[in-house]
Amino acid sequence: MSCPMGDTGTRAGRRRRGTVDAMDTTTFSPIPSAAPASGASAPDAVRLIGLVKRFGLVTAVDGVDLAVRPGEIVAFLGPNGAGKSTTIDMMLGFSRPDAGRVEILGGTPADAVATGRIAAVLQTGGLLKDLTVAETVRLTASLFPAARPIEAHVAKVLDRAGIAEIADRRVGSCSGGQQQRLRFALALLPDPDLLLLDEPTTGMDVEGRRDFWAAIRADAAHGRTVVFATHYLEEADAYADRIVLVRRGRIVADGTPAHVKSLASGRAVRATLPDADQVALRAVPGVQSVEVRGGTVLLHTRDSDATARYLLTHTPARDLEITAHTLEAAFLALTGDDAAASGTTPTATTADMITRSVR
Amino acid sequence: MTSTAPAAGVHRVPSLGGLNLTFLGLEIRRMLRNRRTVIFTLILPAAFFFMFGSGQKDPAARAYVLVSLAVYGAMIATTSGGAMVSIERAQGWSRQLRLTPLRPVAYVTIKVVTAMILGLTAVVVEFAVGAAAGVHLTAREWVYCGLVAWLGAMVFAAFGLFAGYLLPSENVMQVLGPVLAILAFAGGLFVPLQFLDPAVQTVARLTPAYGVGEIARLPLTNDAFSWSAVVNIAVWLALFVVGAAYLFRRDTRRQ
Repeated sequence: MSCPMGDTGTRAGRRRRGTVDAMDTTTFSPIPSAAPASGASAPDAVRLIGLVKRFGLVTAVDGVDLAVRPGEIVAFLGPNGAGKSTTIDMMLGFSRPDAGRVEILGGTPADAVATGRIAAVLQTGGLLKDLTVAETVRLTASLFPAARPIEAHVAKVLDRAGIAEIADRRVGSCSGGQQQRLRFALALLPDPDLLLLDEPTTGMDVEGRRDFWAAIRADAAHGRTVVFATHYLEEADAYADRIVLVRRGRIVADGTPAHVKSLASGRAVRATLPDADQVALRAVPGVQSVEVRGGTVLLHTRDSDATARYLLTHTPARDLEITAHTLEAAFLALTGDDAAASGTTPTATTADMITRSVR
Repeated sequence: MTSTAPAAGVHRVPSLGGLNLTFLGLEIRRMLRNRRTVIFTLILPAAFFFMFGSGQKDPAARAYVLVSLAVYGAMIATTSGGAMVSIERAQGWSRQLRLTPLRPVAYVTIKVVTAMILGLTAVVVEFAVGAAAGVHLTAREWVYCGLVAWLGAMVFAAFGLFAGYLLPSENVMQVLGPVLAILAFAGGLFVPLQFLDPAVQTVARLTPAYGVGEIARLPLTNDAFSWSAVVNIAVWLALFVVGAAYLFRRDTRRQ
């Protein structure tokens, strides 16, 4: 990954707070773009090369390199504004990158859309309220040569998306979840090789979300490549083979859910300790990194017992707190914006460390 | 890939850019399902005939009103059809369609064809009502007047598209309704222009409904064929087509 151009100021600012990077066990390496040569003949489903997109002064996507192999289910995980939708728009050819390029199934996005090899469920794509569910599917089917005979395909995708029983309902009177499953049905029509889902379960209740994912999962079992953007960590964890964490238009982590979880292993020990000596604290047993803020110290440690015992017996530290790093915390740490990252959460430093080790 | 993966060759670009009869049929069904469209294009012009036309003692006057109202109905119908792009843009459907192989030109073609079919329906319904209410024209006159009223409404299909790309709103017809009423009045579709102030007449002759009305009523009046009416149609059609094409290109360009 390339060095960020736009926000070195803020990064330097965080560094100044005095994080000492001693983390050595969780050095992070991005998954290599292409898997070994087993399927050398098949092109990557998605290939993003140095992708950049700016809107005025804002750099929404800031040098993204990514390759997705056929058959992978990849979660694009990050908070709102991380650049996920912008990246998906470029994958679909809806917008043009300012730098870098997009290859879909070895060709251009426009070709993939025109031949129905890529399909998407978007947040913003609207549906016509005055058509019924089945009519919407029939209309869309009529546009795809792959969806013929039309009626057979309509029945099939309605069934697969779990909306066969509401086929005759007007779209305008369907719930948000039903409309989303209708969009999913439309996306299945051309039998695409690659399916993009942009925040597919936003606004759904728990049950709707579970049904939606059950349908996606059943479908993906047949070997379709799926890339979905989400800011729900559980979704990424439960349904993806691979999680790509994005933050401010850049990839900050990329690996299996287990790998991403491992980035957040360990615990944080916080204590009140006036006039702390950072260098000395780094030598405390188990400690991986140290952060000092006023009279408070924050130690990231592999062995919280040893660290705590040392602090209580060898220093005047008091008010000890020990917190475990969770996947949620890793997510926040890796993807949170500055406001969150510079707060008092024990994981703020982890964010710095991981981000830096990625670079 | 697995057994459910499509056979080779299935992933191809559709012919005619996606233009097809299933699509067209659903579009027409949508139009007819819209209560407001049906009232304003099919029912209201017929009601106007009973209010202003069928009571006229002079059979020529009845025919004059009937043909004028057929032009009016066709004009409302084609404008509504063209302006559907506005609703579809507002609802985000255009963006959904961009996920399909549908070519933008095929999309606009569907809109124009749908608008023209609704326009033809409006003319046929109006004429059927008129004939039932005792308007007598020769077969040639029915066909000539009907064709001109219908084909002349192409100007308003283009106008609807232009307005639809200009105003992304779900209620575009609420904006266009009064505009169309004024244009119909100025075009002499409600009241013959001779009854208006001469200065108003001069301006009214330059408005887009005037040319179609004049030429459609030609067999009924003793007016000489007027090239200025043809120029009126041609100029407005060209203006609206160019305007719509410009906005359409702006709308479909990638950012």
